[in-house]
Amino acid sequence: MIEIDKVTKTFGAGDAAFTALRDVSVTIRENEFFTLLGPSGCGKTTLLRLIAGFEPPTIGAIRLSGRDITRLPPNQRPVNTVFQNYALFPHMSVAGNIAFGLEMLGKPKDEIAKTVDEMLRLVRMEELKHRKTSEISGGQQQRVALARALAPHPEVLLLDEPLSALDLKLRKEMQIELKRLQSETGITFVFVTHDQEEALTMSDRIAVMSGGRILQIGNPREIYERPSERFVANFIGESNFLNGQLSAGSVTLEAGGTFTVEPPQGVADGKVSVLIRPEHVTLAGTGTKGAALTATVENVVYSGEATVAHLKLTTGEAIKARASNQPGAGGALEIGAQVGLSVAPGAVTVLVD
Amino acid sequence: MSEQATYRPGELEAEAQAADNRNRWILALPAVVIITLAAAGPLLVMVVYSFLTPGDYGNVVWKFSLEGWMNTLVQRDIFDDTLIWADAHLSIFWRSFSLSLITTVLTLIFGVPTAWFIATRPPGKREFWLFLITVPFWTNLLVRTIAIQELLRSEGVINLILLKLGIIDAPIQMMFTNFAIGFGMTYVYLPLMVLPVYAAVDKLDFRLVEAAHDLYAGRWTAFRRVILPLIKPGIIAGSILVFIPSLGAYVTPRVLGGGKNLMFGNLIELQFGQGRNWPLGAALSLMLMAAVMIALMWYVRVTSREQSDG
Repeated sequence: MIEIDKVTKTFGAGDAAFTALRDVSVTIRENEFFTLLGPSGCGKTTLLRLIAGFEPPTIGAIRLSGRDITRLPPNQRPVNTVFQNYALFPHMSVAGNIAFGLEMLGKPKDEIAKTVDEMLRLVRMEELKHRKTSEISGGQQQRVALARALAPHPEVLLLDEPLSALDLKLRKEMQIELKRLQSETGITFVFVTHDQEEALTMSDRIAVMSGGRILQIGNPREIYERPSERFVANFIGESNFLNGQLSAGSVTLEAGGTFTVEPPQGVADGKVSVLIRPEHVTLAGTGTKGAALTATVENVVYSGEATVAHLKLTTGEAIKARASNQPGAGGALEIGAQVGLSVAPGAVTVLVD
Repeated sequence: MSEQATYRPGELEAEAQAADNRNRWILALPAVVIITLAAAGPLLVMVVYSFLTPGDYGNVVWKFSLEGWMNTLVQRDIFDDTLIWADAHLSIFWRSFSLSLITTVLTLIFGVPTAWFIATRPPGKREFWLFLITVPFWTNLLVRTIAIQELLRSEGVINLILLKLGIIDAPIQMMFTNFAIGFGMTYVYLPLMVLPVYAAVDKLDFRLVEAAHDLYAGRWTAFRRVILPLIKPGIIAGSILVFIPSLGAYVTPRVLGGGKNLMFGNLIELQFGQGRNWPLGAALSLMLMAAVMIALMWYVRVTSREQSDG
């Protein structure tokens, strides 16, 4: 268990000072796949580097399994890192890289050899054991970096955007691979990414960060379906933001329609912003029963498995509707046509603005 | 049209290739001429001279002789004409070799931390420090060496300070010793160590150092296991750049070592000057060159092995 306790990190001093983390507190549980998600410059990598010990926090404490490790140098923390560009030692072979941490821990030779083979098997790289790290592909380097960091069996594995340099297909494979490794080894993974889809697919819990703060922590479903604020909703998935009036547990949209909602704490009755995901908006003929809203089709974008209709509501607000494509269907929507929209029950989320 | 139709495949490429080769030769011509005239030619003269007989007033007599080469290592006893080791030469070889080695080690000890310091400054400030390293090159070597003399001599700065502080009662004799030569050469050749090591440290990926710390390596182990192997090419290049000119150093041993502590370069000069034994001088020069070549071949072997296994 890692406890980040009110951590602030400031780089530089005076006018050049830059605060990368502001009063961040989070508890990462044992055996958890925990993701720090946010745009570049949000402080997620800084937080990871603080946990690794490469930088000390300016204020606050970091505890690992109850022990204060705030001032401990990286070589004394039972934490290993998979670096963004892997940082494999170019003067060592694949096996030499994997053995390095074990050698530093002073493990006996035969045990090191055994663990190295085990790790190579775990990441499916047995046949490349004696290769130089410059002679293997990016995906293979990625696996070696993973094996190297896992070999000393750390309490926590830190992963700094490890998949960002891989192409899409390989990235998808590695996502599954990482999940498998995490469940096989039982090690806590702290994963840094700016890719929301990656975060949703892999994580047990996600912390969404922006401007050095954690905005929301929750499991992927909570983060996607019940984002606490506009930034989180906007950063993760596609969103429609509409204005409405909240009163007594239901929202009446300015564009029409009343929906039962569970307003988050601290939101008073009155004018609010709500989120509706495009896939929860369904097109229907005008005047159809249950169609709460009326809109004009502005654009239709076909993207293979789905079609997204860009529409304009009677209030002038923009809204997107996304529908999976069915075989044989299609081409019915005309630009400029008037359509009815229905919104799935429970799809309206009130945001803290 | 008909001409184009008769073109055989590959002909255009072959022609372009030939033109390209021609251009390269034309571009290389000035270099080839200079190297032939200024380097290979004199070298050939040296080889020829080393096998001739010395003239009475310098120069050579066109008569084949192995004396020049023999005299590098042995000499005839003036009384019974037996061959004995040329002790004077051997002690000069040894002094040259050991002082060059000591100089290399000292420049390493002072140069590597200096290079490290410069390479780890913020990018904008490195130029300033590199500039300071190159400043001595602006002044003539002889002038700089005489400045060192000013530091080391009996009434020099160092002795004066030590006397005033009461650390010593009488001036220490530093001039005209091996110490003075080593001191001077370390000073003169230090930039030649700092610059290649700086280039190597500058290229070093510091994330690798972080990775080493992350994998439980302490500072010293990280240096020995990760940093040192990665900056080794720079260290070897610097060592060679220092060792080779040290071996043939002339001005520094002459000024700081006085007439007594000769080094290889002075010995060669002596043969062409007062010694009037040009074949011996030529043979000694070629010996020095051979030593340098051996050092370079060792460098090439070490670095290429580095690249093939690692």
